[in-house]
Amino acid sequence: MTDTELRVSKIENGTVIDHVPGGEALTVLAILGIDGSGGEVVSIGMNVPSDRLGKKDIVKIEGRELSQAEVDVLSLIAPEATINIVRAFEVIEKHHVTRPETVRGVLSCPNANCITTENEPVESRFDVLDAGVRCVYCETIIDGSIASHIHST
Amino acid sequence: MRYDHLISAKQLSREDIESVLDRAAEVAADPGAFADTHAGTLLGLLFFEPSTRTRMSFDAAMKRLGGDTIDMGSVDSSSVKKGESLADTVRVIEGYADALVLRHPSEGAAKLASEFVDVPVVNAGDGAGQHPTQTLLDLYTIRENAGLDGLRIGIVGDLKYGRTVHSLAHALTNFDAEQHFISPESLRLPRGIRYDLQSSGTTVREHTEIEDALEDLDVLYVTRIQRERFPDENEYRQVAGEYRIDSALLESAAPELTVMHPLPRVDEIAPEIDETARAAYFEQAHNGIPVRMALLDEIL
Ligand SMILES: [Zn+2]
Repeated sequence: MTDTELRVSKIENGTVIDHVPGGEALTVLAILGIDGSGGEVVSIGMNVPSDRLGKKDIVKIEGRELSQAEVDVLSLIAPEATINIVRAFEVIEKHHVTRPETVRGVLSCPNANCITTENEPVESRFDVLDAGVRCVYCETIIDGSIASHIHST
Repeated sequence: MRYDHLISAKQLSREDIESVLDRAAEVAADPGAFADTHAGTLLGLLFFEPSTRTRMSFDAAMKRLGGDTIDMGSVDSSSVKKGESLADTVRVIEGYADALVLRHPSEGAAKLASEFVDVPVVNAGDGAGQHPTQTLLDLYTIRENAGLDGLRIGIVGDLKYGRTVHSLAHALTNFDAEQHFISPESLRLPRGIRYDLQSSGTTVREHTEIEDALEDLDVLYVTRIQRERFPDENEYRQVAGEYRIDSALLESAAPELTVMHPLPRVDEIAPEIDETARAAYFEQAHNGIPVRMALLDEIL
């Protein structure tokens, strides 16, 4: 076992999200809607030295295998992230996040006058642009950090 | 027509636009020929925001095609006031009508409504978003007065909250039109519209003074700075009355410059302009009928 792996305990079954930019682990959890209330065992390594990223974060979620659609949203803040699906302590699947065409329900529209901020039976929906995302309803563009626009559940 | 709903001018191709404008010209030339083409058709009018001319214009257009309208009435007297969602309201009313015309104070309202109904939804203004039928009549008026290709147009006033501006700017990207945007710093085009124009290869030429662009323009499209769109009254007061078009200002304009305005105006255009050959804003308002008749004829 390498030094890095020792910093965060190994998991038996679940998902390991690696190569998250240093300091973004909590944003990753917010995007995934994981706040501990679901009872999952979650371990986080923050600012772990990394050859590729300088410093990286690692998120391990026990007992939950995240789907590609769920993790692709992470590409907005962690384009280099790798997803490891673990069963019986073995990585059985490893893949990269890819930029989705649209993001549903994860973000709130920052335009206070957008119909999605009212009491309507719709999820927010954003088209992913080369830089940023855009509300499909009011066409407001969010660029820069999306972290402050994550829908609070 | 390739669309069922008319939500944004962005969805309109040059072909779509020309098809409606050509049809509108036929209607204008011989309205009687269309008088009974849509007998029995019912158009639902849902205006969640006060409107006189757009509502009346759709009402008249439908009736002149032989159809009829049903009107939700004012928001005060409807179930909306009791907190019903827009999604529920349109799902109920779609059962009464063959198409819905929606005006709403929130951006994206027409888009949302279109996702809940099967009948065509026509956006008659969604907050500071879009107003595509106004754009069709604007384009009709521009085509009659100056032509749409080789056009140099200056769009003045509230470019941030002005939905007629957003729709017009989108639609003009289909034509060889040089667009100049004249506004106070705080009321510049929103980022989304700027992004679309640039993506379509349109140069966004911005000015704060009308004089900086006026000389070469074929059309000056003037808009009102709308108090009701401002979240903050102070912000409104700082820019209200910023631009006023009068004879003195227009001295340096080309003799054939056409002045347009989606109306209502407050004091942006001096009454002395009304009687000149430059004034096209009343003609523009009248064009609402043949253009909306043409549009309804295409979608119904
Ligand atoms: Zn929005």
